[in-house]
Amino acid sequence: MIKQIAVFLENEAGKASACCKVLKDAGVNLYALSIADTKEFGIMRIITEDNAAALSALKSAGYLCSEVDLVGVEVPDRAGALSDLLIALGKGGISVEYMYSYAGVDGHAKIAFKTAMPEKAILILNEIGAKVI
Amino acid sequence: MQYFQKDIETMSKDQKKVLQSERLVKMVKYVYENQKPYRAKMDAIKLKPDDIKSIDDIYKLPYTVKQDLRDAYPFGMMARPKKDLVRLHASSATTGKLTVAGYTMNDIDVWGECAARCLVMAGGDEESIVHVAYGYGLFTGGLGMHYGAEKLGAVVVPASAGNTQKQIQLITDFGADIICCTPSYIIYLAEEFEKLGLKPGVDIKLKGGIFGAEAWSEGMREDIEKRLGIRACDIYGLSEIAGPGVACDCQYKTGMHFQDDHFYPEIVDVDTLEPLPYGESGELVITTLTKEGMPLLRYRTRDIASLNDDPCPCGRTSVKLNKITGRSDDMLIIRGVNVFPSQIESVLLKNSDIQPHYHINVDRVNNLDTMEIVVELSPSISVDEVAHVEEIRRKLAADMASALSVSAKITLVSPGTVARSEGKAKRITDRRKL
Repeated sequence: MIKQIAVFLENEAGKASACCKVLKDAGVNLYALSIADTKEFGIMRIITEDNAAALSALKSAGYLCSEVDLVGVEVPDRAGALSDLLIALGKGGISVEYMYSYAGVDGHAKIAFKTAMPEKAILILNEIGAKVI
Repeated sequence: MQYFQKDIETMSKDQKKVLQSERLVKMVKYVYENQKPYRAKMDAIKLKPDDIKSIDDIYKLPYTVKQDLRDAYPFGMMARPKKDLVRLHASSATTGKLTVAGYTMNDIDVWGECAARCLVMAGGDEESIVHVAYGYGLFTGGLGMHYGAEKLGAVVVPASAGNTQKQIQLITDFGADIICCTPSYIIYLAEEFEKLGLKPGVDIKLKGGIFGAEAWSEGMREDIEKRLGIRACDIYGLSEIAGPGVACDCQYKTGMHFQDDHFYPEIVDVDTLEPLPYGESGELVITTLTKEGMPLLRYRTRDIASLNDDPCPCGRTSVKLNKITGRSDDMLIIRGVNVFPSQIESVLLKNSDIQPHYHINVDRVNNLDTMEIVVELSPSISVDEVAHVEEIRRKLAADMASALSVSAKITLVSPGTVARSEGKAKRITDRRKL
């Protein structure tokens, strides 16, 4: 499973920029980033090279953040590959809270997703031969 | 119709003083015999009812504060048993508990007479159709003006608050000539009339309005009078004393005529509590002279204002209350509803998803009061799911609306974001320009 950090951001200009600057100053390299925005606030979700350093830097800078487990899986480079994965998960009764894609250092496309039943999701993905990270 | 009760409203100053003195002497005896909290207060300063011989002795009486009413919650201040009471009203107090006022049938009659006098000041008479768009309920606005209109013998339309389309239909179809509502709501209505192309004097028959329950300025008055071609009168009242009708503007707007045959006003220095002369600004203190259900002696209203005794061309001889300029406590009035920051605090303290650090922003947008409560999330909550954070906000907004009786926009921020202050916290930013 992948450790993701979620950061709560007020809906103000420069908030995401200030947050990234904190990570830069801590020397933390980012693998993936996704922002969920609402009218009132935003949530920045990141996967980093060094979560411990990222969390400590963000917390001491006053950010409200939490570390959560995501299921990560490699997606083969062909049309319909993601659809096949999601159909299998759906059949197994897995509901996905949110997900986003990212490219790992190896250049292969990957997705990370949040579910209430990660163990079961991993079992299903293994059954269909998907490469779980 | 010039007056509702000419004899009283135009009584000479000397006659008025005799009447006030007689009533005060009787009132003090009555409260001493019937209200335990007053007997205790008077005994504590060794004051006997016989020591009060005229209205000039009023300064000897002890003050009453909101806390006294809270300590006596709910019925400890009542001077009469339940069989004599016919109505309860209540408004917000500082810690979630309500301030309760009990009325006898006679109290309701007196209040109705006072409200009727005010409706005449606004241009009403027994032929009037009085549209009451104040809320009906524990809040005194709706029922107060309703009973006033009936006393006057007018036709009352108990529209209550809300549902603007329906209100407009009633006002145009029934041809109301007098309207009672908050000043911000009449401006909102004026804008709606304009949007719908309804012309004052043609489609809208209003000629006078009584607007109270929230602060408004001379500028707003001019705006209302110009847009609607009506006489816009400010009215003062508070549920502890009697709702709207304690004081009201006549057409000359020389200050609100205080119904000082029933309610005796004083202005005192906020810090020293020394009585101040006419013209000087301080806290308004009211003594009821005729109330039966829950009389109050020298009740500190927390409203800041001044009195004036200049003659008024209308012929009424009462002392007059100039516009309320502020509060001596931190109470906010949002869309006519009293809100204390401590009520907000008690809701926040019950919720473990957030921290009780908050800031209140009050503004007036399109002539309606808005309140935003900026509050910090707890560091221990998980923030990765939008739905979870949204749920925290939704629940807080619902709890707040139910505790305050008025809605507030909740804005969640990170822990440590709300400014901490040393000493007395400045938790309110009021941007309303009055």
